[in-house]
Amino acid sequence: MVLLASLLTPSFGLLVWMLIGFGILVFILAKFAWPVITKSIAQREEYIETQLAEAEKIKNELSNLSKKHDEMMAQTKAERDKILGDARKISEKMYEEAKLKANNEATALIEDAKKAINFEKMKAIIDVKNEIANLSIDIAEKLIRKELSDKDKQNQLVEDWMKGINQN
Amino acid sequence: MTYNKIKATFPFLFFFLALLFSPNFSLNAQAEEEKLDIGGYIMGHITDEYGWHITTYNDHHISIPLPVMLFDGGEFVAFSSGKFHHGHQAYKGYALGFTEETDGSIVKLGGNYADYTGEINYEEACPPIDHVCKYDVSITKNVCALLISIMLLCWIFLSVAKKYKEGPLKAPKGLQSYLEPLILFVRDEVVVPSIGEDKYQKYFPYLLTLFFFILVNNLMGLVPFFPGGANFTGNITVTAVLAIITFFITNISGNKHYWKDIFNSPGVPWWLKFPIPLMPLVEFIGVFTKPFVLMIRLFANITAGHIIVLGFLSLIFIFGAMSPAVGYAVSPISIFFYIFMGLLELLVAFIQAYVFTLLSAIYIGMATEEPHHEEELATEKLKTEN
Repeated sequence: MVLLASLLTPSFGLLVWMLIGFGILVFILAKFAWPVITKSIAQREEYIETQLAEAEKIKNELSNLSKKHDEMMAQTKAERDKILGDARKISEKMYEEAKLKANNEATALIEDAKKAINFEKMKAIIDVKNEIANLSIDIAEKLIRKELSDKDKQNQLVEDWMKGINQN
Repeated sequence: MTYNKIKATFPFLFFFLALLFSPNFSLNAQAEEEKLDIGGYIMGHITDEYGWHITTYNDHHISIPLPVMLFDGGEFVAFSSGKFHHGHQAYKGYALGFTEETDGSIVKLGGNYADYTGEINYEEACPPIDHVCKYDVSITKNVCALLISIMLLCWIFLSVAKKYKEGPLKAPKGLQSYLEPLILFVRDEVVVPSIGEDKYQKYFPYLLTLFFFILVNNLMGLVPFFPGGANFTGNITVTAVLAIITFFITNISGNKHYWKDIFNSPGVPWWLKFPIPLMPLVEFIGVFTKPFVLMIRLFANITAGHIIVLGFLSLIFIFGAMSPAVGYAVSPISIFFYIFMGLLELLVAFIQAYVFTLLSAIYIGMATEEPHHEEELATEKLKTEN
């Protein structure tokens, strides 16, 4: 019982020292240690949280970017295809046009040639006709001269012509 | 465990066992001379003392003398506790208490011994006691343990705080990484759930200090040699001071709602309050029993642990006194239980620090709790309905 009493009796000196010592400890730690530590921990927690959020954001942005990139690629491809198609069309058109033009030119040339040929032909025909006319005149002259060598015949002729005129 | 591991740990284990067995040898000689006082031996370890006893070698007590400081009769007296020579001598009329009532305190001798310095033979002539020195502020073993733990805590946390200051965003390193989980544990599992996110900041420094103070001192108490081994947190004065601080913080920060709950508890039939204020009385006593229980719990847990550990070790001495052979036979069992209890005490050291802090936080939380919004709404609704 005495032993228990000595265990359960508070001692004055220890009480005083404990109050002073623990008080000082709380003061020192509350002033120099805990604010720094808790603040730093909170700061780091916040930092980690913001970093995680940012990482998430960046991840999303990246996926967006890659989506955009894919879209752009598709668009570019479509555009390229379109440009290529257009170019082909244009070239085809140009080819067609050139062909047409060439055809036209050829036909025109042929026409011209034909015209020239016709002209030349006509010219030749006229020349031949003139020649024939001249020849026939010459022949007729010669014939007339021969016919008109005697008087009778000249008279006959005049009579014929007159007959002709009168009948008219 | 692999063979290599066993091989590697064996020397240590052997050394450890040899260390534990060693008291047996010194004991045998001692046991023959006098009857063992196991109760006194255990009490000597768990109560306070004026010097720090290290060991006894060849019947010589080896201890670190600590300063004795007294306010006696209006004057301040200070001298080394070594002057007492473990209770065999008096110094200037002051001696260690030698009767049952004065055991563990310093007495001023009367009569011829009033200013006596020198040997006292209690068996021949017991000197008269004038008075017991009440205002004794000596640096006893426990005060010394307190100062050591304060220095240790300051060193630990100031150096850790410095590290935090250097790089608040760096990953914790070394000591910092051991303490940060504990600090976070106290914050996230103990303080914030008990007090609430918005109000905990004010009480957090105290509760953190409380937790680490109890934890460090519990652990120091488990170290069987200087600077550990003092039964500091198993001392009722220490736990009383901690409980008193919690008591004052709780009741000073208690709001209207807290006092209303004590003197006019809601949800209690009126006849328990009106003619005889039974419930208010019970609640009011509860204000004092809460810290009282805090005090007793920590004190009892740590002291009981120390007593059991010492008891298991003493078994060797008790059986050794019967016959050395029995002592040797018992010692492996004793040591097994000693180690088992030591590990249990390690767990208890954490649990008690946790429980003390948790309950302190819960009491503070109860005192600062705002009335629930839903409750208010319900009472308002009742009023309007009536």
